[in-house]
Amino acid sequence: MVVGAVSAADQPPNPWFSLQFARENTSAIVAALQEHVLLTVVAVVVASVIAFPLAVLAARRPRLAGPVLGVSGVLYTIPSLALFAILAPFTGATRTTVLIGLVLYALLVLVRNTLVGLQSVPDDVIDAARGMGYGPGRMLWQVELPVALPAIMTGVRVATVSTVALVTVGVIVGYGGLGQLLLAGFQNNFYRAEIMTSTVLTVALALVLDLVLLVITRAFTPWARRSAS
Amino acid sequence: MTAVAALPAFAADGEGILQRTITWFNDPLNYRGPNGVAALTVEHLWITFAAVVLACAVALPVGIWMGHRGRGGTLVVVVSNLSRAIPTLALLTIFAVGDLGFGNRPTILALAIFAIPPLLANAFVGVSQVDPDARDAARGMGMSGWQVLRDVELPLAVPLVAAGLRTAVVQVCATASLAALVAGGGLGVLINLGFGQRRFDEVLAGGLLIAVLCLVLELVMATVQRAVTPQALRRGRLVT
Repeated sequence: MVVGAVSAADQPPNPWFSLQFARENTSAIVAALQEHVLLTVVAVVVASVIAFPLAVLAARRPRLAGPVLGVSGVLYTIPSLALFAILAPFTGATRTTVLIGLVLYALLVLVRNTLVGLQSVPDDVIDAARGMGYGPGRMLWQVELPVALPAIMTGVRVATVSTVALVTVGVIVGYGGLGQLLLAGFQNNFYRAEIMTSTVLTVALALVLDLVLLVITRAFTPWARRSAS
Repeated sequence: MTAVAALPAFAADGEGILQRTITWFNDPLNYRGPNGVAALTVEHLWITFAAVVLACAVALPVGIWMGHRGRGGTLVVVVSNLSRAIPTLALLTIFAVGDLGFGNRPTILALAIFAIPPLLANAFVGVSQVDPDARDAARGMGMSGWQVLRDVELPLAVPLVAAGLRTAVVQVCATASLAALVAGGGLGVLINLGFGQRRFDEVLAGGLLIAVLCLVLELVMATVQRAVTPQALRRGRLVT
């Protein structure tokens, strides 16, 4: 840069990548990453536990499917920041606020995909199982669930990746995982290395979790691999 | 709720918050001035509009061309998957501290990038999945590649392109609220200011205003989508 020595000293270089930053702030970065993973995993697990019975109910009672999908569509239209802002005056600037928001968004994706998966089970398969004397419970666990599993797992993967990205917005109530670093870098005199480090880690976390879920899906659906090859 | 009890400051806030939010909505002062609801809503809609127009200028020609050639499906899938993994807040922050200057310009650019995947995907799918018989018939009638695109493929792709536009508009309007966190404008300013000053009536009001704006926009765009879809195609399945 063509600037005088004094002003060069006033404005230190502000690189996008800095190993020094990562070395000096390892503990803070790891803590933010842990918070991020915790929020993501808890949100997706809780959402899955709620979504599954809802989707089964909607699949059993086709009249409920419309309202369930309609409500989920309307909720999904509400931006995350607005949702956190609506929740915060009641639940406080707490981890709970962020988790409620994350669970709601993940829920919508999961219910949709699980419902589509359950609805896509061929009628012939259901008929055959019924003919073999399968009751509703066994039908669900041993016939419908395995057939719907690929669709359900696609939903879990989409929900997980979106949740990782959404957690950053939790910064508005103080629980944003890596989003905390991100905004701290912005407020800390536009410190680019901090912003870039948290961004790269967030994207990497999303990709790693997606990969883990893909491997799990493959392990649980050996028949899908066999028919593909 | 236990979470509220653990935070005395918020417990006091939780009391009568609805009452105070109604009072906030009834105060005419909150609607005027540079940070009033009116100015912020206009700014929010302007940011949304500019970002979507920019994204359309890039995504529609590329998506339509790739769909016409029937190539690039993998690229479209990769772009949409990758865009889901990149947090919007991160991109907004990166653009805000980059060399694009201050004000709403970095916000509009960042949002435009997020509007590209739905527009690109729907334009590509819309054009590439036109019934091959219709394309063959047009070819057999002696139409050139350009004429097939203009007179056959594009009209048939309109419902999907409109669905992509609707998704993009609603998504950008939602994401535009995050701009306030990195010194941008729009209705998110109310939420950010409210949290900064611990005025939770303003936080709640801002959240409700943004939610309503996005829902209204969704309704408007659904109507537009229906209006531009030719009568004969309305019963077909729409990918949203």
